[in-house]
Amino acid sequence: MKLVIVLVLLVVGSFVFHWLSPWWFTPLASNWSTVDTTVDITLYITAFVFFAVNIFMAYAIYRYRFNAKRRAHYEPENKKLETWLTVITAIGVAAMLAPGLIVWADFIDVPEDADVVEVVGQQWQWSFRFPGEDGKLGEVDARYIGPENPFGMSPDDPAGSDDVLVSSNELHLPVDRPVKVNMRSKDVLHNFAVPQFRVKMDMVPGLVSYVWFTPTRTGKFDILCMELCGIGHYAMRGSVVVNEEEDFNAWLAQQPTWGQLQGRGPADTVAGKASYAVCGSCHGQSGEGNAAMNAPSLAGQSAWYVERQLNYYRQGIRGAHEKDTYGQQMVGMAQTLPDDAAVRNVSAYIATFTPHKVDSTLDGDPARGKAHYTTCGACHGASAQGNYALQAPRLAGQEDWYLKRQLQNFREGVRGSHEADSYGHQMVLMARSLQNEQSINDLLAYLNTL
Amino acid sequence: MQHVAIADRPDELHDPQTFITKYIWSQDHKVIAIQYGGTAIFVGLVALVLSGLMRLQLGFPDTFDFIDPNAYLQFVTMHGMIMVIYLLTALLLGGFGNYLIPLMCGARDMVFPFMNMLSYWVYLLSVIVLLASFFVPGGPTGAGWTLYPPQAILQGTPGYDWGIILMLVSLAIFIVAFTMGGLNYVTTVLQARTRGMTLMRMPLTIWGIFTATVLGLLAFPALLVSAIMMMLDKLAGTSFFMPALVSLGENLEYTGGSPVLFQHLFWFFGHPEVYIVALPAFGMVSDVLATHARKNIFGYRMMVWAIVAIGGLSFIVWAHHMYVSGMHPAFGFFFATTTLIIAVPTAIKVYNWILTLWQGNIHLTVPMLFAIGFIFTFTHGGLTGLFLGNVTIDLPLSDTYFVVAHFHMVMGVSPIMVLFAAIYHWYPLMTGRMFNVALGKAHFWFTFLGTYAIYLPMHYLGFLGVPRRYFAMGSTDFIPESAQSLNASITVSALIVGASQLIFLYNVIWSLRNGEKCERNPWGATSLEWQTEHVPPHHGNWGAELPTVHRWAYDFSVPGVEQDFIPQNHPVTAEEQTGGEEGEKA
Repeated sequence: MKLVIVLVLLVVGSFVFHWLSPWWFTPLASNWSTVDTTVDITLYITAFVFFAVNIFMAYAIYRYRFNAKRRAHYEPENKKLETWLTVITAIGVAAMLAPGLIVWADFIDVPEDADVVEVVGQQWQWSFRFPGEDGKLGEVDARYIGPENPFGMSPDDPAGSDDVLVSSNELHLPVDRPVKVNMRSKDVLHNFAVPQFRVKMDMVPGLVSYVWFTPTRTGKFDILCMELCGIGHYAMRGSVVVNEEEDFNAWLAQQPTWGQLQGRGPADTVAGKASYAVCGSCHGQSGEGNAAMNAPSLAGQSAWYVERQLNYYRQGIRGAHEKDTYGQQMVGMAQTLPDDAAVRNVSAYIATFTPHKVDSTLDGDPARGKAHYTTCGACHGASAQGNYALQAPRLAGQEDWYLKRQLQNFREGVRGSHEADSYGHQMVLMARSLQNEQSINDLLAYLNTL
Repeated sequence: MQHVAIADRPDELHDPQTFITKYIWSQDHKVIAIQYGGTAIFVGLVALVLSGLMRLQLGFPDTFDFIDPNAYLQFVTMHGMIMVIYLLTALLLGGFGNYLIPLMCGARDMVFPFMNMLSYWVYLLSVIVLLASFFVPGGPTGAGWTLYPPQAILQGTPGYDWGIILMLVSLAIFIVAFTMGGLNYVTTVLQARTRGMTLMRMPLTIWGIFTATVLGLLAFPALLVSAIMMMLDKLAGTSFFMPALVSLGENLEYTGGSPVLFQHLFWFFGHPEVYIVALPAFGMVSDVLATHARKNIFGYRMMVWAIVAIGGLSFIVWAHHMYVSGMHPAFGFFFATTTLIIAVPTAIKVYNWILTLWQGNIHLTVPMLFAIGFIFTFTHGGLTGLFLGNVTIDLPLSDTYFVVAHFHMVMGVSPIMVLFAAIYHWYPLMTGRMFNVALGKAHFWFTFLGTYAIYLPMHYLGFLGVPRRYFAMGSTDFIPESAQSLNASITVSALIVGASQLIFLYNVIWSLRNGEKCERNPWGATSLEWQTEHVPPHHGNWGAELPTVHRWAYDFSVPGVEQDFIPQNHPVTAEEQTGGEEGEKA
């Protein structure tokens, strides 16, 4: 009897849970309302079957509960009933399948007027490529990928030179225009998923997959990687910003083409040295850092990382948080650099400093720290040398008090919470796996041994 | 029927004499079954603990220092692989297959007892190799139980070095063990059935185990070759699954391989694997339901054909795991259609189970509670499969918690409900004692209600779009804060369910010594395993002569016969022929 009541309550409870649940599909932002309709059809049919089967079962258990005076009915089969049930089930299944197949036919058939954009996945970042004026994406190959050519553009294909390369986790798209998203991966499997668009597709190294959709409202939507791609999988986030057409065009015009990037000459370290005079007063003439001034070591750091951080300071992406007092100082200092060229030059100069050994100022257990570093090392490298491909800076040779403050800033969202700082956001997620100060000290004690 | 003539000479049996030959290097299918079962339950407990750790991180992120992204993925991977292969497959086929096939078919043992013994020891070796990966540099693989390349063998994934190799080696060893056991099961069912045991008189348990074993023998080779190919990619630098790629900034030597090829091979094994687990469960639950409802299974022939049809169809649905894998999207039409067709025979099975209860005389014993719990959870899990199998609906739901909730309902909770039903049902036969009923019922309620409290809400995380295999969700624009409280409540339920399995362990162990000695055939079952001379059955199972079967396995409450069951080895009597015209159906 208890069982009967519980079964009925579970059925009723499931329906109540469903109706009261605030957890449901996020509001649609693309043309794929038909996907939602297909879900609804299946939901209604399956809910009916769930109800019917379980209530029938509960009733049977109640009605035919054990009674010593009664005997079970002997009925090996009932052809007619079985045939009917089979036929009705087949009809129900067809009713669910048919809309699914119809929508799928739409889904794989890209409209001819769709714009094309390419999404490139790598551990654990996104980048994007637009075909440029010729409307054609230039050829690419994994063999060409390198620090100077992160997209692997073929040097032999002229169609590539006007391709617009977006080396950031943020993609912009125009509203109400169908877009075909071509996908590839540089390393392992990834998956491009935007829940609001109801689309999802794996990105596979060695082949190009695709989806298409039409964004139907402006706004910013998360891109999530939905295929396990290693330790940083959960931190592989990006976003799609859907703009009005003119805003989109303005954004696109700011992005460099492959031709422009190739045309840039080498940075001017002589000019960089002149600009560095100001920096040197705190960071030291050879970038050795100065704890008393709260200035970290710069020696050994790569130009691309310094350049990005200086730009972040200049654009208010880093150092804007009210609790980031030292970062605020750097905002002012970075703004003394007049333009992008100056930033690039000074960064190149800083990269010429030789790294040096640092003293430890913290008390930690390197052995325990080593275990924590397994996760960090995936990006920053086994000897903390940094890795351009993962946009991970060098950590070896950095002062531990500085790294500690940064880890705490990441944990507390003082650094990395600005929406344009997608790499910083990754560190916000990563730094959370260090639960307390002792773990941070242990980790940094290990770093000091590298 | 030459085999019967030999089997009828029990003096040929060579009874084991020493402790070692009786219990360690035993060739008795019953001892081997217990060895298989004990080992499987042990590794299952390891996997249960891993799931608890995983849930702690998800329910209470930023709390536990020892769970980092690395360890989390290792927990996920090892939990999944252990549960699917080393617990469910081993316990259902190695455990129950071994125990029940000879007894239910009326054989003295498996046809190749030595190979049967070898099968267990090789299985044990595979478990040891698997568990060894916890102690090697880098720890076990964290590539997910699907072990997708390229990441499985590249830096950036936990255990990409030692862990993945041990995993692949362990799987290969397991497949060797399974093949030895599987050939035995199939041959025994086909060749060693006793007089009168026609195929269409076999209990559904045997049909389920038999069909599942055939599936396994056909499906596991696909896993074996993919394991070997991946090992070559890792160790010998071949490029079966590895295209040209740049791993963490380094251009590797690989060229021309296809990661999608691995997925096809994996799921060509992986989907039948679902039915390797499900079909024995379908069979066993049918027999438990019929016995405790005192009623014949409804639509026996349809049930047999449904098992066979599901088994056959299971080989042409594999790519429904790959709708968003980047394979040619037109495959979606074919695989969605075959997948939804499988729903028809599966639904028939559900109808026939509940129609078996209808007009029965239902004893709500502990095995029966679990069997009814199974119908509920399996219906739920089967219905959510209609979402994911339908290619369009898979778009928003694939790789979310909806998938996790679905497959746990359908191939986690459901087969485990049947395993518990089966363990309680056959416990008196295996031990000669009855388990403690009150503890058994408590175990049922915790498990049944607890798992539903875990998995019903989990589907809604999936609707919301929460991705699976995320160490931490962090912040997004579309997932409300309340999702975290849902996650916390799921974790609490999971920990309760996990802890309540101690009730089961205690009951099973305590009752070995202290359980009430039970009479022969306490449930009044009809199938042959309950008709042995001794309980538990001795070596060789039957006395001087093998039983002769005169009827199907479901003669419950036959009209005109006083007792409400007639064992399969009882000759047809005059009164039952006059009592009901439907008497001798099969």
